[in-house]
Amino acid sequence: MTGKLRTGKLGRLLLARRGGASWHWTDVASYAYLALGVLLMFGPVLWLALSSFKTPAALLEFPPSLLPMAQSEVSVQGYPQPLPLFRVTMEDGSVRELAQVRRVGIVAQMVDPAAPGQTIRVPADRRTPVRHMALAVENYTDPLTQFDFLRFLRNSLVVTVVATIITLIINSMAAYALSVYEFRGKSVAMLGVIGTLMIPITIILAPVYLVVTKLGFVDSLWAVILPGAATPTGVFLLRQYMLTIPRDLIEAARMDKASEWRIYARIVMPLSMPALAVLAIFSVMWRWNEFLWPLAVLTKTEVHTLPIALNAFQGELQTQWHYLLAMTVVTLLPVALVFAFLQRFITSGIANTGMK
Amino acid sequence: MAGLELRGIRKDYGSTAVLKGIDLSIADGEFVVFVGPSGCGKSTLLRVIAGLETVTAGDIRIDGAEVTRTAASDRGLAMVFQSYALYPHMTVHQNMSFALENMGIAKPEIAARVDRAARMLRLTDYLQRRPAALSGGQRQRVAIGRAIVRDPKIFLFDEPLSNLDAELRVATRKELAALHAEIGGTMIYVTHDQVEAMTLADRIVVLNGGRIEQIGTPLELYNRPANLFVAGFIGSPRMNLLPTELVRGEAAGGETGRAATLGIRPEHVEPCGEADADLTVRVDLVEQLGGETFLYTSANTGGPNGLPLTIRCDGQSRLARGDLLPVRLRRDHLHRFDAAGLACRPDPLPARSHS
Amino acid sequence: MTDTMRSHGAPARGPSAAAAAVTTGSANILMRLTDPPMRAVQRLIGAARMPYVFLLPNLLFFGLFVFLPIGINIVFSVTGGTGLFPSERPYVGAEHYARLLDCGSYLEAGSCREDLFWRGVGNTLTFTVFQMVAMVLFSLVTALVLNRPIRGRGFFRAVYFFPVLLSPVVVALIWKWILQRDGLLNAVLTTAGGEKILFFVDPGWAMFWAVFVSVWAHMGFYTLILLAGLQAIPRDVYEAAEMDGTRPWRVFHRITLPLLWPNLLVVLVLVLIRSVQVFDEVFVLTGGGPGTATMMVVQYIYTTAFANQVQNFGLAGAASVLLGAVLFVLTLIQLFLTRRRAS
Repeated sequence: MTGKLRTGKLGRLLLARRGGASWHWTDVASYAYLALGVLLMFGPVLWLALSSFKTPAALLEFPPSLLPMAQSEVSVQGYPQPLPLFRVTMEDGSVRELAQVRRVGIVAQMVDPAAPGQTIRVPADRRTPVRHMALAVENYTDPLTQFDFLRFLRNSLVVTVVATIITLIINSMAAYALSVYEFRGKSVAMLGVIGTLMIPITIILAPVYLVVTKLGFVDSLWAVILPGAATPTGVFLLRQYMLTIPRDLIEAARMDKASEWRIYARIVMPLSMPALAVLAIFSVMWRWNEFLWPLAVLTKTEVHTLPIALNAFQGELQTQWHYLLAMTVVTLLPVALVFAFLQRFITSGIANTGMK
Repeated sequence: MAGLELRGIRKDYGSTAVLKGIDLSIADGEFVVFVGPSGCGKSTLLRVIAGLETVTAGDIRIDGAEVTRTAASDRGLAMVFQSYALYPHMTVHQNMSFALENMGIAKPEIAARVDRAARMLRLTDYLQRRPAALSGGQRQRVAIGRAIVRDPKIFLFDEPLSNLDAELRVATRKELAALHAEIGGTMIYVTHDQVEAMTLADRIVVLNGGRIEQIGTPLELYNRPANLFVAGFIGSPRMNLLPTELVRGEAAGGETGRAATLGIRPEHVEPCGEADADLTVRVDLVEQLGGETFLYTSANTGGPNGLPLTIRCDGQSRLARGDLLPVRLRRDHLHRFDAAGLACRPDPLPARSHS
Repeated sequence: MTDTMRSHGAPARGPSAAAAAVTTGSANILMRLTDPPMRAVQRLIGAARMPYVFLLPNLLFFGLFVFLPIGINIVFSVTGGTGLFPSERPYVGAEHYARLLDCGSYLEAGSCREDLFWRGVGNTLTFTVFQMVAMVLFSLVTALVLNRPIRGRGFFRAVYFFPVLLSPVVVALIWKWILQRDGLLNAVLTTAGGEKILFFVDPGWAMFWAVFVSVWAHMGFYTLILLAGLQAIPRDVYEAAEMDGTRPWRVFHRITLPLLWPNLLVVLVLVLIRSVQVFDEVFVLTGGGPGTATMMVVQYIYTTAFANQVQNFGLAGAASVLLGAVLFVLTLIQLFLTRRRAS
């Protein structure tokens, strides 16, 4: 985009490549920095994804292999269990694939799967495991079947969708009132909105808990949905946008005998669609990722959302990393997908509003 | 259709008075144009009538019914905005039917009315388009169509032609006149362009500084301006205004003898022989339009700058810059104004509404 | 007018088009349900009072879940006992505040009566200082690099930005997995001939990684703000400097930095406000440990109110009132700065 246009004067000024011809050292440094950035930013997530497909045994390996690998096994006649397969360097220098029967100290008893009758004794450091790529899909399927993972997923979905809808409706109504009308108490209302901007939930945790208890919402999803539904950020963002809608349109609608509600619903809302979309995306992110408040208010496992479930899971005594990693990937996936499709939209929305 | 009655309308924004007492009555079916320089309060007056602004004092009656405190949406008026204010997210059809849906009119009736208006305004082919896909003139017609389908008591137009180019403006002006002839509604039209006012209006209301300067038919205003402001505002090129003492002889005298300023329209200044001349002027600029010629001249006042005098002649002229020209002012077309700027009449009329 | 029409009326592309399709459909149904009652309301109270109706739901939520809780919090902070409802709580005056502020020496957390609180304050301060420096430094460098004429700027911008959207729990787990005893980083270290480091056992390392992970997760956001600021600097300013033969470093120092300063200031304050409230990532990553080495103020409040055997809402309330006062001041500064930037 602008990159091409700027290559001329500005580019030279900032010591960039000149017309794409020669490379200045700063170009090299820039690209090196960016490459390092890609490694540092993407690497961990990629590592998580790869690890999530490893078997518990493979996860315990050190140093870990890059790709999810598992040791090959063979069924050998005369042995009830499948035996692990090794590549063994024999004393004469030849290399054979042998199955290990057992290992005693530094010596391993091995057997040739082709000739199961004869046991071969091999020093343990002479063998390396034969491995193949193996995706431990059960890391994903087990939590779905054995644990309440689907329930957590559903809880998170319900919270995200319902809360976002409520946010969009009440925030847009307030923004409409604050952008289109002049009325007594308007500045007080604006001040109230700014005021709430200053009060993060972190500092009113206990009293909100009290309010939610009084309302009878404890351990229901409403306890997570309602307290954050009215976002000051959303009111600001929408109001800012609605202020750019020409006054003439509102007045034309009034002349057209539209009720105030109809002006809101049929004129202002459709015209604010870009801002509403930005707020919707923000709200989905906030709700999907919300942690501290649900952690405080959702004590029963049935109502846990994904982040809370993940946290509870990793806190258990014997962390089952293979399940945890897979569930982390599932939690991350929707956000990654949304971002992949709406990247430009989200970044420009944030750059324009300076909010997140 | 309905008449409109304004009594003592005042509008203040804080300490600034925008309308300083407007009395006006408009008859049913009349086409009235509010004209005046920018900031004269003409748009505010229209918005007050529409109900988009509240009044500080005074009352408004439509069809005899008091509506001063009635909301815009309940007054039954339709307005065409300067910006057209088309709903950008709706098609032409939806734009025109929105008001009818708001009124709870049955679907077939809506379809019939929109169809009729679309045919009248040659918009039938564009009904499914959005405003962004229309030309300026088409948008303008949609805005008018949106008003027509309502069958309103009164049509209000707020400088509806100011966003069109010159050619389209002339064409649309004619269409508007034809439209008024066809549907015959009461129309109130705001413009700063006196040509629009002259060509469209049954009656013109000249506004200045929040007051009505004069009300009358276009020719009344042209032929008998009540004061210097109207004299200077109506007519193009403007009326020439000369201090009385500059003019020799009987022209200056007049009936009343108290005139301070003489007004004469460019077409009423005639070149003449030296002996008959009221004034001798020097030609500064000659505009040859073929069928007529405008001479921009200056009369010698003794000072460094001459007093400008515009002369309109039929046909073409051989005069050139720097030529000296004796002229005569046609007696029967002289306008005389007193020191306060009011027209001197044998029977002085109360020209200003408040003075 | 034509311009405003374009901007609002142009057929929306991409996500907003899809959103528009869905919403117009449901909006029509909603309209039919809501229009008659709202029309009746308008008839009843008059058009001039309608803004109050539009404001009501949002303000109701604010009142119930923000303003009322602020009041309750203050009540909590001056009452004692273990009850949740104010009626069950005896008035104790400033006792909680006194307990929080009772210190032998404010430089030594161990000398304080509520030493955990002061450890939290100390940790939060350490975290905030290091995070601010690292965050501003890295996001500024990244923004400067991204503002150069590079190929694939959109891609790189996305790369730095995407962790912003991840759940803090996910972020913490990703890094916990890498940093664990037999994790990727230790594998790299041992392969390079080093020794394994127990990152979460050493207090210094734990704090380092707490800061690192926060910067990793959020720097994309600040990079975006700074990049927008950089791109808003008119190009002709640079061209003029070029014509004057200004050296690159001087251009940065005398043109870029001063013109970017307002944005930089906003970023600084935003980072500050968020650092003071830090909780999620660090809590999941280190659990506040080892010991209390990475326990932040918010964790102290959360634990005091919810996770301890005895839920002490009074003490937690007093601590949040103190934290709230700090945030209030910081937010006022931010609003002042943004307003100044806007004007």
